Amino acid sequence: MISKGKTDQVTINLDGNDVEVPAGMNLVDAVALHGKEIPHYCYHPQLSVAGNCRMCLIEMGTPMRDRGTGEAIVEEDGSPKIGWVPKPVIGCGTNVSPGMHVKTESDLVTDCREGIMEFLLVNHPLDCPICDQAGECRLQEFATDYGRGYSRYKERKNVKPKRTRLGPRVTLDDERCILCSRCIRFSQEVAKDDVLGFVDRGSFSTLTCFPGKELANNYSLNTVDICPVGALTSTDFRFKMRVWFLKETMSICAESSAGCNTLVSSREGVIHRITPRRNDAVNDSWMTDSGRALYKRIDSDDRLKFPLVDQEKSSLEDALAASISLLKDKRVGIVGSCKSTVEEQYLLNRLAKETKAKKYLRGHFGEDDGILLSADRTPNLRGALITGLASSYPKENLNLLGQALKKGQLDTLIVVGEDLMDAKVDAELLSDIQIIYLGTHENATSTLAQVVIPTLTPFEKSGSFVNRSFFLQGFKQAVPGLAGLLPDISILVRLINELNGEAELSSDLSAVWKMMARSSTSPLKGLSFSDFKKDGIELDGSKWDELPFVEQKALHYEPTAELTTD
Amino acid sequence: MAKTVVLERKPLSLSERTYLPQIVTGLKTTFSNMFKEKATLQYPEEKPQLPQNYRGVPTLVNDPNGREKCVSCQLCEFVCPPKAIRITPGSVPEEDEDREHVEKAPQEFEINMLRCIYCGYCQEVCPEEAIFLLDEYSSSGYTREEMINNKAKLYELGGTLPDKHYKWDKKKDAEVEGNAH
Repeated sequence: MISKGKTDQVTINLDGNDVEVPAGMNLVDAVALHGKEIPHYCYHPQLSVAGNCRMCLIEMGTPMRDRGTGEAIVEEDGSPKIGWVPKPVIGCGTNVSPGMHVKTESDLVTDCREGIMEFLLVNHPLDCPICDQAGECRLQEFATDYGRGYSRYKERKNVKPKRTRLGPRVTLDDERCILCSRCIRFSQEVAKDDVLGFVDRGSFSTLTCFPGKELANNYSLNTVDICPVGALTSTDFRFKMRVWFLKETMSICAESSAGCNTLVSSREGVIHRITPRRNDAVNDSWMTDSGRALYKRIDSDDRLKFPLVDQEKSSLEDALAASISLLKDKRVGIVGSCKSTVEEQYLLNRLAKETKAKKYLRGHFGEDDGILLSADRTPNLRGALITGLASSYPKENLNLLGQALKKGQLDTLIVVGEDLMDAKVDAELLSDIQIIYLGTHENATSTLAQVVIPTLTPFEKSGSFVNRSFFLQGFKQAVPGLAGLLPDISILVRLINELNGEAELSSDLSAVWKMMARSSTSPLKGLSFSDFKKDGIELDGSKWDELPFVEQKALHYEPTAELTTD
Repeated sequence: MAKTVVLERKPLSLSERTYLPQIVTGLKTTFSNMFKEKATLQYPEEKPQLPQNYRGVPTLVNDPNGREKCVSCQLCEFVCPPKAIRITPGSVPEEDEDREHVEKAPQEFEINMLRCIYCGYCQEVCPEEAIFLLDEYSSSGYTREEMINNKAKLYELGGTLPDKHYKWDKKKDAEVEGNAH
């Protein structure tokens, strides 16, 4: 693991140059800070050190000291005498210490790497044309960078099972496995589901699940990501697309309030896979399997593809005009969504001001797995608090809305993505009011709505979410939205502009941020979208410490103190 | 500006005014060619002799066992400069005994001959020696769709080429005979 909280620097000598590195850091990581590479397979910065691949062998020495007096021994020229370890040592098993000397480019190190590569390639099949890892394979990369370049092996290669099912989502190609044990350590240490292990000896060694178990936990696909070769493959992505065609877009997982950083890989507007993006403050290098499957909702059958007025297909202009007539001089209620982006929630709040609407918000809750699937199954509940869309902690039901409807206090209801019946609102109460539904998918509420305006999924728009630790994280549009549809913020801006001729808002993301950053009381004060496009910004959420947040202690998340005592 | 100089043109002589010497010179060239070997071909009745390395239509070929060689690695699709190739990858079911050890094969393989520029990069890049540019050069059709060669058409054009590698047979041998470990 990366040592935390140590900020003091030490000086080590790296290939003849003195460099500053954080004290106690793993040598592989420390060297990487200075633009040098120690090739490695089994070492992973967020897993324990196994030291079994031997690829990171380097030469290491420390200043010598006199055994009797403990004084430093110096050379004739006054420099400290270095006691080199007589044999190469593994970089991943070494932490930096003051005065340490390291050689990563010596002849011995080069020889070691060539030797290790030769051993690894002895029984590795020449599968690159069919292997899904090709293009992002460490073995391919290191074979070109550090390998000998030709093979001396004349014997037959081992033949092992090529498609062993390890679990519902992971397929193992035994021949390709280099026995680095990253997947085993991940299952034990991060997923806390110890199901993988090696059996047999020598070249018979294989990775396998323990008898009667399978790799079925919700983090199983992370083993595919950390597999340095193509041994563990995602059954979903297997043989679907070569990685060099994929365009990667930085995104944020919308599954829960954990807010995993992700890379969305698409080709020509079609998403093929979602992988985690390393962020040591949020999700390390992991994400849930369920979060990776979210892109399949983009073209599910219940996706809303065109606007509806009175459940008849219509144009967007007509739908907007119909909405305006339902909103003007009416008693309006707005049901917002914790799944909307910060920008959308801000604009929805603005729309609520223009229509003097009552605001309602609903939470979606589930079980907390203590890792990266939090109990709050919406990505942006805290965004609703920050933008002022919600003043209290949302409940799973909308009983307040039900009461207001019973008393006949509302004429028109704007619903963003929520299903009112699912939130315990009586369907009969909805028959007397007009509903404007904005959402990506069809549900029982959208089938009752007078106006339905389809919106875009997080993959099709840019925006930002605030995660459980109040990290404001931006995401970018990965694929184009369905033809003819506008991003949610454009729709909201047009509604506001129609209702208030003086508003003249722009639907440009940076313009929306300019407005949001103006408020002096908001934690968003002075921010712009480009500030957190790459890395999130931690916002000050102390104002809401008292709220009953449902999240439990998890990876990089501590609940506020009052709640842990509950 | 340069000064324009007007040149005096010499008056034509009598023979020049008849044009006969020029006509005779021209006819001499014409008649001398009538007795030389023909430089042209009566295309399309006659077809030219193509050099060995001629680059005609790209096709897919089978190995000597009649199994398809392409494993849909999509390198040709990647390297194709005019983006004429489009592959839909697919997997081969494990039960398929005729194709033991083969895991991946194209579900569909399309080459748009209206886009193809016959550069031969696909043949050069293919790691499985599955795509070859043959000496067929005149393809025509009435619609754009007709000019897209699908997988069946590509194999029909390519047929079977002799191949020394027997990749999958070797793999099978390795499995049967095994290693000392």
